Amino acid sequence: MGDVHTYRVRRWAVLTVFAVLAVVLILRAYDLQLVDKEFLQDHGNARFLRVVEVPAHRGVIMDRNHEPLAISTPVSSVWAVPRKLNQARHRWSALAKLLEMKPAQIEKLVEHRLNREFIYLRRHVEPGLAEKIMALKIPGVALERESRRYYPAAEVTSHVVGFTNVDDVGQEGLELSFNDLLRGTPGAKRVIKDGYGRIVENVESISAPNSGKDLVLSIDRRIQYLAYRELKSAVQKHKARGGSIVILEARTGEILAMVNQPSYNPNNRSGLKSDFYRNRAVTDSFEPGSTMKPFTVAAGLENGAYKPTTKIDTRPGYFKIGRHTVRDARDYGLIDVATVIRKSSNVGASKIALSLDPEEMWGLYRKLGFGQVPGAGFPGEVAGRLNDHREWGEIEQATMSFGYGLSTTSLQLAHAYQVLATDGLQLPLRIQHSSEVPRGKRIISAEHARQIRSMLASVVEEGTGKLAQTPGYSVAGKTGTVHKSATGGYAEDRYLALFAGIAPTTSPQLVVVVMIDEPSTDEYYGGQVAAPIFSRVMSDALRLLNVLPDQAEQHLTAVQQSPTVPGVE
Amino acid sequence: MRMTIMTLLLMVFVSALLVVDSRHQSRKIFVELQVLEKKRDAMHEEWGRLQLEQGTWATPSRIEEMASNKLEMISPQANTIKLVRY
Repeated sequence: MGDVHTYRVRRWAVLTVFAVLAVVLILRAYDLQLVDKEFLQDHGNARFLRVVEVPAHRGVIMDRNHEPLAISTPVSSVWAVPRKLNQARHRWSALAKLLEMKPAQIEKLVEHRLNREFIYLRRHVEPGLAEKIMALKIPGVALERESRRYYPAAEVTSHVVGFTNVDDVGQEGLELSFNDLLRGTPGAKRVIKDGYGRIVENVESISAPNSGKDLVLSIDRRIQYLAYRELKSAVQKHKARGGSIVILEARTGEILAMVNQPSYNPNNRSGLKSDFYRNRAVTDSFEPGSTMKPFTVAAGLENGAYKPTTKIDTRPGYFKIGRHTVRDARDYGLIDVATVIRKSSNVGASKIALSLDPEEMWGLYRKLGFGQVPGAGFPGEVAGRLNDHREWGEIEQATMSFGYGLSTTSLQLAHAYQVLATDGLQLPLRIQHSSEVPRGKRIISAEHARQIRSMLASVVEEGTGKLAQTPGYSVAGKTGTVHKSATGGYAEDRYLALFAGIAPTTSPQLVVVVMIDEPSTDEYYGGQVAAPIFSRVMSDALRLLNVLPDQAEQHLTAVQQSPTVPGVE
Repeated sequence: MRMTIMTLLLMVFVSALLVVDSRHQSRKIFVELQVLEKKRDAMHEEWGRLQLEQGTWATPSRIEEMASNKLEMISPQANTIKLVRY
């Protein structure tokens, strides 16, 4: 029986041990399942659950006819987890070959970033190559979908539209100034990823992506193109340093075209100097020269002291203000105000200016937009220079009347001429297309604006701007040949050739400013260099816009027809 | 008392099952949404590509070149234009 007793003790001992073990297990299970649950679950999830970004589309930039000017296309970027890639060294040569890199370059990329989770191997690869890379199935290498901006009109619209960087952030032009509108907000979602970093399952959406808004510009791609073509060929022909053309729609103040030389291709910017990126039409100011005279005359007419027929004595072709002499090309004699414009007389303009109060003249110039940032929506718009009238002396007032001593950009000059085109009403400059026409602000009286337009028409008919004549249409415009300022004075042999004009004179549709910087062949007058460009751009643009020729009787053969003509609306 | 507890337990059990089911449904719908979004994105991409393609074919310089070289068209001189008024 002693045996039985011994066994009983042993049995209890064993059972107790088991019981204790069981309790320990239960306690451990309780611990894991209930006490440490959150911590453990988090860590478990962290092994395979990931929050990834859902990319949002960047808005399209279109011209007024909804032709795309900037559009995003999807591309893939190859990225890797350095630690995993490091363990797959034997596959590097194959990978490097596809990426067009040397294995040593991969080594360099990976080496210093071993504790990082993410490195880009190459960004923006084409879809075919991306597929080949993924087919290698190298651990830690994965693709990310990104988008790349493409600009179909390339260098024709590059200064206006600008471009984005590799991260889809606007860098220049409207891509920069409208970045917040164009940019979408990316969403986020939770996914399950496998060991290769590939998405196995989408679990839930955290936030939905918001696509960027589209931007419809006032630019007309066709007119932009023809302006670009004419500007480029003229700059080449005259071996000029650069140039700009700005075209405004007179009725609405919308910018129809804005081109510059030199330009660049935004789709391939490697090896370009930032000098090329400048949108000269808004960032570069120059002295407007004779193109300023219509506004001097406007100040005279507004004052009431002058009428288009008022006689001004410009004899003997020059006159002295202190130590300075204002000169005309020759002695025009006793001429009326209209002839001052037609002949572009500096003496005449100066005499009108000097009879006016500086504040009055300054006020009109300022209202016309000189010396003020135009605010059309481009980055880097400059105000130009217009000194305060209290700083004007007689000589300043005289030289300003023919466009020296103040400066303007091509866009500002076009804006000022737009006032003449709309019978004295100023419309805000706009780059975004809108069907609403804003209310104009009266700057000069309608009668005076029309009188100045007819003076400007005579410039083109029989004055310095004959080469600006456009078959079928009446044109009003003014030439300008400006000595460029150099250190300590004005350069004798460096010029700016200008032409600013409006057509048709009777019911203005377009305002065009042509600026050619330093034409270096024999021709350098605004009337020789800029006026012919104006004529070609204007005639093509008016035809494109279906503007009825108003001078058909003179230049075209008009035919009277019965009211119903098939095919003609 | 006992009945109440039993009912409550049953309800807890059923609601637990419903949670599982709705979770499953939501995942299924989310996956479906993903498929549709992918489809939408693909279409969006194609639309972009087509716009680009059309833009490329319709480049003014290309039209101009085709018109003058291939179709032998010319811009009429001013004196050959007849304006029809009606």
